[in-house]
Amino acid sequence: MSTAPTPNDTLWGLAAVFDTPAKIMHAAKATRERGFRWFDCHTPFPVHGLDFAMGVSYTILPILVFFGGLTGTCLAIFLQTFTNSFELDIWALVPVVGYQFEVSGKPLISTPAFVPVAFELTVLLSALTTVFGMFVLNKLPCLYHPVLKSTQLKRITDDRFVLVIEAGDPEFVMEDATDFLRSLDPESIVELEA
Amino acid sequence: MNTTLNATTEQLHLGAMGKKFTGVGVTLAVIGVGGTLALASSAGAETFWRAYLFAVSAAFAICLGGLFFTILQHIVRAGWSVTVRRTAEGLAANLKWMWILLVPMIVLVWGGNGHLLYEWADTDLVAHDYLLQKKAAYLNPTFWCIRMIAYGAIWAVLAKFFVGHSIAQDADGNVSRSSAMQMLAPIGIVLYALTQTFAAIDWIMSLQPTWFSTMFGVYYFAVSCTGCFATMIILLAVLKNGGKLGNAVNTEHFHDLGKMLFAFGVVFWAYIGFSQYMLIWYANIPVETGWFFPRQMGEYFYVSWILIIGHFMLPFVVLVSRWPKRFPGVIAAIATWMVLMFLVDVYWLVMPVVPTDALINSETNDALVAAVEAGEVSIGWNPHLIQLTAIAGVLGLVLAGWAFALRRCSLVPVRDPRLPEALAFENL
Repeated sequence: MSTAPTPNDTLWGLAAVFDTPAKIMHAAKATRERGFRWFDCHTPFPVHGLDFAMGVSYTILPILVFFGGLTGTCLAIFLQTFTNSFELDIWALVPVVGYQFEVSGKPLISTPAFVPVAFELTVLLSALTTVFGMFVLNKLPCLYHPVLKSTQLKRITDDRFVLVIEAGDPEFVMEDATDFLRSLDPESIVELEA
Repeated sequence: MNTTLNATTEQLHLGAMGKKFTGVGVTLAVIGVGGTLALASSAGAETFWRAYLFAVSAAFAICLGGLFFTILQHIVRAGWSVTVRRTAEGLAANLKWMWILLVPMIVLVWGGNGHLLYEWADTDLVAHDYLLQKKAAYLNPTFWCIRMIAYGAIWAVLAKFFVGHSIAQDADGNVSRSSAMQMLAPIGIVLYALTQTFAAIDWIMSLQPTWFSTMFGVYYFAVSCTGCFATMIILLAVLKNGGKLGNAVNTEHFHDLGKMLFAFGVVFWAYIGFSQYMLIWYANIPVETGWFFPRQMGEYFYVSWILIIGHFMLPFVVLVSRWPKRFPGVIAAIATWMVLMFLVDVYWLVMPVVPTDALINSETNDALVAAVEAGEVSIGWNPHLIQLTAIAGVLGLVLAGWAFALRRCSLVPVRDPRLPEALAFENL
């Protein structure tokens, strides 16, 4: 009886294809103002200001990196202090004694000598936090994505700008979403299978 | 994305503000130079010449940093920095006259009174010192004066070339000027690196002629980066506050200059300073460690700690995050602090004196420290008003020179081919 297309199990989202960065900027802003939250933009190159137009909040990655680096610094200082000079024979079952080697008459805990290692471990853990934090925050690795499956959206790596509204968005109603996307004057609208 | 320059002619020229800058600069210079000359006789020749060297080293550091920044932008064909480049060029333009500051030192050393500043210029001392005799091929008054003339000339020519072409381009918009500067920038930076390194050795490292550090030239370079980037941020913030520059310089440019200050003025400075310290500390060879002895004794002990905390730790924590760099007021306040630390750093480089005899004669380090604290051994701790007047005078001259260099030209290279790139620039 009903002939209108309805969201079903196989529909993952609706994609609108644009041909200029200006159009997708406008579309992203309009989509956000329309109340959609589960949408994304795919562009062949970074478009300045698109994050802002989409309402994407600033990443928390720098904060993670700061604490990653701080962990590296503390770890390095602990590692060197412990191995160089520690003695734990009061409460431990087995007496633990560090390698108490004197090197060129320096004290066992020689701060200047510890700095290069502390520096390197800070850099190492900051870098690892940056890379793997990025992976986690972006939910990578992502081995399958509906946008990549569609043969009609292949030009997003070349010269097309695509806005995708996911069917799972609380505001998503098929007819409304289609009408809304059409009002943005896209080149075409593509239904994406899950 | 805005790629057109949106600023009135008035906003792009110093105009009445130039008179204020010149006024402040000239007032400082008159008070400073006058005060220095008035205090010279009561302070004594040695104190006077140390204060003079301190002031000259600081002033050259700022202006050489401006020259370095200008040349670097041409080497890497940078887009973002076009709108802030003229401020650095104004600092670099000072090098066209700053050779005058070297003349009194050349007259001093050439005239045979170099021992007031440099031990190696003391003929009696050299006659009894084997090491100084061996070094005399390089450290002798004639060659030293020749080098000073060479530095002054090379810096003046480099500044004239890069600043001159940039300002001339405002009028004729000739793109071949940019190409010419890009072609010669690599040669310019090599000349800059060599002269700046050897100048640091000749001015400051040779104060203790038996001491040497292969990192000293780079350290002075880090010092000059601190001074230059902090000064640029302050000047731009003052211009912006006075309603100048329009959309040419915005949050993004302050953000990037903040990054430069963080990278070169804080992290790189600490990296080089620590590397120099650690190698000397580890090897523990008396001829090398001597330089650090006076810097970790008496009052200089506290100065060293002020530098470690105030020049590295605090600014590191403050500047590492994004937001302080994006508010011109906040970054200008940090830059003001960094200029202060920069001056403390130059003071720390120039002023201490290695107590050579006491170092040889002391039984233990503790005995030496005790002797220093009792005032029996001098490590050159001698705060004097003349040091303040000297630095005020020279910095006043630099400020007035900057305003004079930019008195007629635009505050932004308005016809640089990469100007749209700088206007559209955004930090992601």
